[in-house]
Amino acid sequence: MTPRAATIKAREGGFWHDLSAIAGRALRAIPRERESVIPALLIPVFWLLVSVGALETIAGSTYPGLDFRGFQLPVAVVFAVTGVSRAPELVLDIQNGYFDRLTITPVRRSSLLLGMMMADLALVIVLTIPVLIIGWFVGVGFATGFGGVIVFLALAGLWGLAFTGFLYAIALKTADPAAVTAGLLLFFPFAFLTTTFLPQDALSGWIATAAEYNPMTYLLAALRSLILEGWAWDTLAVGFGAVATIGAVSLSLAVLALRSRLRPR
Amino acid sequence: MQEPAAATFGLCRRFGDVEALRSVDLEIERGEVYGFLGPNGAGKSTLIRIMCTLLVPSSGSAEVLGFDVVGDRHDVRLRIGVALQDVALDPKQTGNELLRLQGSLYGLSRSEIDQRIAEIRGLIDLGDALDRQISTYSGGMKRRLDLAAALVHNPEMLFLDEPTSGLDPISRLKVWNEIRRLNSEYGMTIFLTTQYLDEADELADRVGIIHQGSIVAEGTPEELKRSVGTDVVVVRLSNTSAATPDDLGRLPGVLSVERAGDEVQVAALDGAAVVGPIAVSFSERDVAVRDITLRTASLDDVFFDVTGARLESADSADILEEDRT
Repeated sequence: MTPRAATIKAREGGFWHDLSAIAGRALRAIPRERESVIPALLIPVFWLLVSVGALETIAGSTYPGLDFRGFQLPVAVVFAVTGVSRAPELVLDIQNGYFDRLTITPVRRSSLLLGMMMADLALVIVLTIPVLIIGWFVGVGFATGFGGVIVFLALAGLWGLAFTGFLYAIALKTADPAAVTAGLLLFFPFAFLTTTFLPQDALSGWIATAAEYNPMTYLLAALRSLILEGWAWDTLAVGFGAVATIGAVSLSLAVLALRSRLRPR
Repeated sequence: MQEPAAATFGLCRRFGDVEALRSVDLEIERGEVYGFLGPNGAGKSTLIRIMCTLLVPSSGSAEVLGFDVVGDRHDVRLRIGVALQDVALDPKQTGNELLRLQGSLYGLSRSEIDQRIAEIRGLIDLGDALDRQISTYSGGMKRRLDLAAALVHNPEMLFLDEPTSGLDPISRLKVWNEIRRLNSEYGMTIFLTTQYLDEADELADRVGIIHQGSIVAEGTPEELKRSVGTDVVVVRLSNTSAATPDDLGRLPGVLSVERAGDEVQVAALDGAAVVGPIAVSFSERDVAVRDITLRTASLDDVFFDVTGARLESADSADILEEDRT
C-alpha cells in the first residue's frame, strides 16, 4: 500500500480553484433537477404566447408600428431568468450539515457563494437561448445582429445574477426554504410596476411613478433597444447601470449574510 | 518532549444559561486514540465542534496541532479531518463526486485524489455504488462515505463524533478496524466521542469521561477500571425494597458497595473469593436473591463510580447541546 502520509498533504487550492470546484458541483446538479429547470423554461414561453396572442392586436392599433412580439420577448426572458438560483439547495446544505462540512475545509469563503452564482449565471444564459429561438420562430429579430444577441444574453444573465443575490441572502440568513420561496415575491414589484405591457410614455399615475424608479424599466428598455432600435448606447449604459445597482445591493446583502453564517458562534 | 496533538485550557462554553462545557482541561498525545465518553448531552459534541473551529469557546482556549482553534482556524482546518455526529453529505452527488470535491477543496490534484480514493476504497466498501447518487445509499453506506470524506485529504488528526452511531454491527466493526488501522499503520491521532462503552474500551488508548460538561475521570481503560476494583460481583435482588446488608463493605477484599434499584454491585480485588461470603451475608439476613454474577469491572462501573449514574441509563435530557448547536 502507498505510504500516504508521506506523499499527500492538504493545501490551499486558491480562489479560482475553489470557485471552479464549487461551481462544478452546482453545475453537475442541474441536470438532476429537471423539475426546477423545466418550469423556468415553460413559464416564459407560455407568457410570450399568451401576451402576444391576447394583446398584440390591441397594441398594434394603439401604437402603430410597434413590434409587440419584439417588445414582449425581453419580458419573457426576464421571466425565464429571474429567480433561477441554487439558494434552495443552499438551504438544504445548511439543514443537512453539508455546509458545515464545506466550511471545515480550507475553501475560500467567498467561493462558497460565488461558485453557486457562477452556476446560476451559466444556467440563466442557457435558459435564455431557447426563448430567443422561439422568438426567432415567431418573427423576432435583432436590430443589432449577432453582437446584440451576445449583449442581450450578458445583460439578461447579469440581471438573473443580481436578483439571485437576494435569494442567497435570505437562504443564508434564515436557512428556511419557505423564506426563500417567499423571497421570490420580490419579483412581482420588479416585474409588474414597470413597462411590462406598455411603453413608458403610455403609463400614467402612480404606476408611471413606480416605473420611473423601478430598475426593471431600464433593463427592459435596454433589452428592447437591442431588438427594436439598434445600438442605443445611452439606453444600454443605463440598463447595465440599473442591473449593477440592484446587483450591488443584493450581493452586499448576500455577503453580509454569508459572513454572519460563517462566523463561529 | 513533543507537543500534544491537541489540548484545551479551562475550556468553557455556554448556551444561554446552560453550561455545556465547564473548565475542561485535556491533553491528547500525538499518535493516540483518545476516547471521549459520555451520555447524550454531556458536552461531547460541543467540545468536538470547538476543536473543529465550528464553535468558539465562551472562555478558555484550545489548540490543535499547535494552532489556536480561534486565532489560527485556517491552519487547523488544513490539518484535520472531521466526521460529525450526523452524516453531512449532499444526497444529489454520487459518492465519487463527493470525495473528489472534498479532495479538491483541500487543494489535492486529480492524480492525488485518485490515489487517495484508491487507498480508502477498502473503508468505503461501496463497490459500484460509489458512482450512484448518495440519496440511494443505506444509513451504513452514508456513514462510511462520511468517514471517507473526512480522510480523503490525509489529515494529521481525525475527529470523529460518535462514528458508529446508527450502524449495524458489521459496519460498526469495519469502522472500528479502520480506526485501528489508521492509528497503527499511519500513526494518525484520533479523537473520538462515543456513548458506547465497548467502543471506548476497544479503541481508545486513553479515555476521558465527561459528565454534565466536566471531565470526571481520565486514563487508560485499564487504569480506569482498576480504579474501581478488578472484579464486580452483581447481586440482583428479588425485592427492590430489600435492604443491602451493611456488613458487605467490611468483607475482606471488598472495595466498595453500590446500590442501584434491585442491583447491588460489589467491587472487589478478587471477585471469586468474595462471592461466597456475599451470598452468605444476604442469606443470613433473609434477603431473597434472584442471581449473583461475577464480572470484571467495565467503564460503566467507572462512570457509575464517578457520577453515580449508569451510562446506558444516564439522563439524555440533561443538556442536549447537540440540539442547540
